[in-house]
Amino acid sequence: MNKNDRPTDTGINRTGIALSPLDGPLTADGARSAPPSSAGSWQDAAMVRLQYATEAGEFGHMPPPLTLRGMAKTAKELLKGTKANVLLDKLGERLAFERTGVRLYDSLIVKFEATGSWEGGPSLEELVAFRSDEARHFDVMVQALVALGADPTAMTPSADIIAVESLGVLQVISDPRTGLAHALHAQQIAELADVAGWDLLASLAETLGHSELAAECRRALAQENLHAASVSRWLKAHAEVAARGELEHAVAS
Amino acid sequence: MSLDIFKERGTPLERQMFTWKDIVGEPYSKLDDDAFTRVRQILMHGVEQEACRFKHFAARFNPELRLPLARIRRVEHHQATMINWLMPGDQSTLETTIGFEQVAIEVTAHVAAVEPDPYMARVYRFGLLEDFDHLYRYAALMDRLCGKDANNILQSYTDVMPGRPTSVEHRAPEDDLRQHYEKTRAAPLTKIHAALITGSEWQTRDYYLTVGPTFADPIARQLYAEIASIEEQHVTQYEALSDPSETWLEKWLVQEATEVYAYWSCYSQESNPRIKQIWERFLSYELEHLRLVRELMQTLEGRDPAELLPAEFPDPLSFTSHREFVRETLAAEVDLRARGYDIVPLSQDSPASIAYRAQLNAKGSPSEVVAAGYQWNPGTELTDPRVREAAFASLAREEAAQ
Repeated sequence: MNKNDRPTDTGINRTGIALSPLDGPLTADGARSAPPSSAGSWQDAAMVRLQYATEAGEFGHMPPPLTLRGMAKTAKELLKGTKANVLLDKLGERLAFERTGVRLYDSLIVKFEATGSWEGGPSLEELVAFRSDEARHFDVMVQALVALGADPTAMTPSADIIAVESLGVLQVISDPRTGLAHALHAQQIAELADVAGWDLLASLAETLGHSELAAECRRALAQENLHAASVSRWLKAHAEVAARGELEHAVAS
Repeated sequence: MSLDIFKERGTPLERQMFTWKDIVGEPYSKLDDDAFTRVRQILMHGVEQEACRFKHFAARFNPELRLPLARIRRVEHHQATMINWLMPGDQSTLETTIGFEQVAIEVTAHVAAVEPDPYMARVYRFGLLEDFDHLYRYAALMDRLCGKDANNILQSYTDVMPGRPTSVEHRAPEDDLRQHYEKTRAAPLTKIHAALITGSEWQTRDYYLTVGPTFADPIARQLYAEIASIEEQHVTQYEALSDPSETWLEKWLVQEATEVYAYWSCYSQESNPRIKQIWERFLSYELEHLRLVRELMQTLEGRDPAELLPAEFPDPLSFTSHREFVRETLAAEVDLRARGYDIVPLSQDSPASIAYRAQLNAKGSPSEVVAAGYQWNPGTELTDPRVREAAFASLAREEAAQ
């Protein structure tokens, strides 16, 4: 048996109130008999949030444009008359997410080596191949930003936001106490977001007339679709094998 | 079970060593371990932080003590790190906060119940009802911001209901000072209690100040700012309990005795065998720290420290639910206020504090807003159909109407 199975064993999880037959009812009855110190509802806080939302500035902006010198003529032409920053921001987002994606697969590979897989689960070769895809996608974005005269090392607003969105994914995957199945469940969030991100970027590039870039994005999208489908298949297989109680026969790494 | 601190031998200082692997061990389980394992972990990190903080200040005023202070402090720094690193990565900042308030309630309740000095006991009961209210406010934030149940952390040991409302806890500085014990007359346990609770509250103040701005939500940021301010008041209150005429070595002796007492209490009640070993190991470290300070006192002050210490500790800190004690205190003392050094009836509340809190709350009270109409329910307030199915009202329209 390994960590891919252990969490669903019956243990001594103490979080539920039913585990405290004496203290639980006392706590519940006590809370019910103590009136709130002020009237109102959750909407009181919502009003304050609304006020902050209307007063707040932005959390950050795009960097100023670099010189147009050296930029490919066609790219320069295409950026004219458009809100170039919308595209550059989204390119920055993809760059950041793919770069983090490489590190997520690095951690998934460690997890695989620590806990092994299961019947219908991932192989080491698949995880390594997916890592390479993420690394290549990262490089595609670096080249695209350079070609458009942008600084690929800048953190654009959307790059910042997607990193905040992914905090929980990284936290689950990097925790040595989680098994490969839990880590892949977190990775599924990243892969589904990846699919949506590439789809959006391909459409945007096409709309703005960057047909070569759009084609690159569609190639990446096809690979991300494969990642998302694979992770989904591995997780379904895990749930079935676990439910049948057959995880003891997990495939060793 | 008793502990004779003059007979028990500790680990020699040169053998009090760590490795990074040792310091970063496996954390406790948020799901499976008893809530009091987390309570002990948080308390002991606070005690060690206080030990390090005290030693840094002592070093600034006592050149002849700098080397022994630095040697013992280095060990205590690593003890603090190892204890704090027992917190698991799946425990959110807000979940840890709920744990902090459970510490403040259950440990202060124990101290208030056994403190031999009636004035000190009254002060602890006064502070207890304020931390009790903080738990209720944070539980409301956890429920309404994250959709999570604070009782997953509390494990039904501690009530979630209003105490002395946080909005009226704000006081002018002159109303947070308290009388101190007299070092020649106070029981050793009185001195230990003051050091223990001061360290615990200081840690809480620092934690809220550190993590408050990591939240994006403005209500959470406001609530942490507000409650951190009360924790600052609590530090002011509790540190005032110690006799300022104690020498640095006397204070150091009390600090080490406090650590011995607290580790011994943890060791005697820990349910996680791996963590019990840590308490045992650090109890042995602290017995040696205490012996070294006794030696310093004999050498530098020519005094017998035995006259300042108990031959045997009384009963250990009780890491259990103090529900009945807290409820009785709540029923009898929730309306009390502080004025100068005294705890007084509501009718005698301090005009200085009334003016101070009116100014601070002038543009709204975060603790009132977050818990407006809030009653904790097992599984969050959304288990109540009246809350779950409340009619939607457009905030923008409501704001315009106002």
